[in-house]
Amino acid sequence: MTTAAALAPLERDLATTGNRAWRRFRRHRLALFGIVAIVLMVLASIVGPWLIPFDQLKIDIRHRFAPPPWGGHLFGTDQLGRDLLVRLLMAGRISLAIGFLAMIVSTAFGTLVGITAGYYGGAIRIVLMRFVDAMLCFPSIFLLLILAAFIQPSVTTITLIIAATSWMEVARVVEAQVRSLRERDFILAAEMIGAPGRYVMFRELLPNAIGPIVVAATLTVARAVLMEAYVSFLGYGIQAPMASWGNMLNNAQQYLGSAPWLAIFPGLMITLSVASFNFVGDGLRDALDARFDVK
Amino acid sequence: MANFLLGRLLQSLVLLLIVSIIGFAVLHLAPGGPLSQFALVPGLSKEDLARIAHEMGLDRPLPVQYWEWLTRLVGGDWGRSYRDNQPVLAVIAGRLPATLELMGAAILISVFVGIWIGVMGAIRSYSLFDMLATVGAMVALSIPTFWFGLIVIYAFSVNLGWLPPGNRMTVGGDGSFLDYLHHLIAPALVLALVEVAIWSRYMRASMLDVINQDFIRTARAKGLPERTVLWHHALRNALLPMIALAGVEIPTLLGGALVTETVFTWPGMGRLLLDSLGYRDYPVIMGILMFSALLALLGNLLADIFAATADPRIRLT
Repeated sequence: MTTAAALAPLERDLATTGNRAWRRFRRHRLALFGIVAIVLMVLASIVGPWLIPFDQLKIDIRHRFAPPPWGGHLFGTDQLGRDLLVRLLMAGRISLAIGFLAMIVSTAFGTLVGITAGYYGGAIRIVLMRFVDAMLCFPSIFLLLILAAFIQPSVTTITLIIAATSWMEVARVVEAQVRSLRERDFILAAEMIGAPGRYVMFRELLPNAIGPIVVAATLTVARAVLMEAYVSFLGYGIQAPMASWGNMLNNAQQYLGSAPWLAIFPGLMITLSVASFNFVGDGLRDALDARFDVK
Repeated sequence: MANFLLGRLLQSLVLLLIVSIIGFAVLHLAPGGPLSQFALVPGLSKEDLARIAHEMGLDRPLPVQYWEWLTRLVGGDWGRSYRDNQPVLAVIAGRLPATLELMGAAILISVFVGIWIGVMGAIRSYSLFDMLATVGAMVALSIPTFWFGLIVIYAFSVNLGWLPPGNRMTVGGDGSFLDYLHHLIAPALVLALVEVAIWSRYMRASMLDVINQDFIRTARAKGLPERTVLWHHALRNALLPMIALAGVEIPTLLGGALVTETVFTWPGMGRLLLDSLGYRDYPVIMGILMFSALLALLGNLLADIFAATADPRIRLT
């Protein structure tokens, strides 16, 4: 009871911080555009395929390469006469799911590494952060391709592979944040009353580093969607007949001259989704990062 | 300075060691392994496979294999390609000029265009130009490089017929400088897009930082023309942090080069990596990994040294 009463003003304080962050975010028109676009894309991918009278795998040889908007095929058809719009939406399910899932895995792992390195410092920090540095020496697409080439591709493995090559930025951000928080009074106080390391890390440090983590996580979704497109385009990602935005472009390459819409629409979807997540991440950075520190 | 160099060199070597362990582990622990290519050959018995594994030293414990590979690497022997038995270094060296040419052209474009956009954005911050540049940079960072390549090919090669759709030169052509340049334009522009966006963002931030400093106010106060103040006094100082950026951007650029080379059938290192992946050519894949890491570390080191020589305020310790 007494603790709850003591915490009440703090909570009010947090609420106003949240409000201020929301107000800053709302001013960011691009970020709002991003949110709306993401919600629309997710909804369309989930609901859309049910509303369109074509099946994504229905082969219709007579209507191959129908240019948009031909006979109800709003975005045209591909080399097998399949409706492009339905395939785009089905691919959206896969590509966006991989983006979100890879973000969750890599953010969790990166946060764990960053918080451990930042909290314990010393030799542990040196070993972990040197490992991060080493991972960042490779172009991430190189590692990604090599892993994807040797591992049987599926949604799960591609997600894990993308996560395995995108956690380093989060780790760096969290480590820097934790290292600066580490010497603050409230951490010293927690240690002084004998709180175990795990408690300090996850109950004291983590909540105070959540701003940068959220920003990094949002940008990681953008990265993951892009990375999925890259590996699938190069033939080592999601395999046909399952559609992803990347492998749709792989097929489109050969028909560039005769059926450019096959290349244009999937690329627009990738750009739109990646840009939306980047916009939101940028807005969140302005809203959360700058003055996030709770005094 | 000497102490600093020694320290950094040591640090880079340690990093390179970790890099090699990661690369080696990833390649050899992945399913398949270097033997997988032989498993597909018809008529090879289990005994044959075991013999090949023994001859190639693949039946020994992984750390032993790693040590063997590392000692040879230090001695300058990067192994031989499984595909044509050429030394790995020679294979990489054969592809390097094309990649360096592409990367060099892209760097030139991104440095000049990126810096110009960044400076203009900083001078007229929050103007229409600045807003468009900001949004444009974010969109540019979101466009998949390979898709942008496809669109450029569609527009300028398929439709307009201005630029060749791929390759480094006309097959059977005279191999003149102009022919090379003609082939270089499209891939270099495509690869540069992302870098222009990055450079313009950093340049804008750096320039804004400098413009608000006292020595700029002094320069203005003593009556120098605004052009001199901006493009001489301010730009020179704002450029200093960009030297470090050039070093940091090397892995991004190499990664982008791989994708660009694929779209434009450019005979560089990126295509080599893709081909080697298809052939399961382990020594070449490992060589490319090590080489790209080496390039990244070297770039960072050079950037640090350049930054220190250009800016006397940076003291190397």
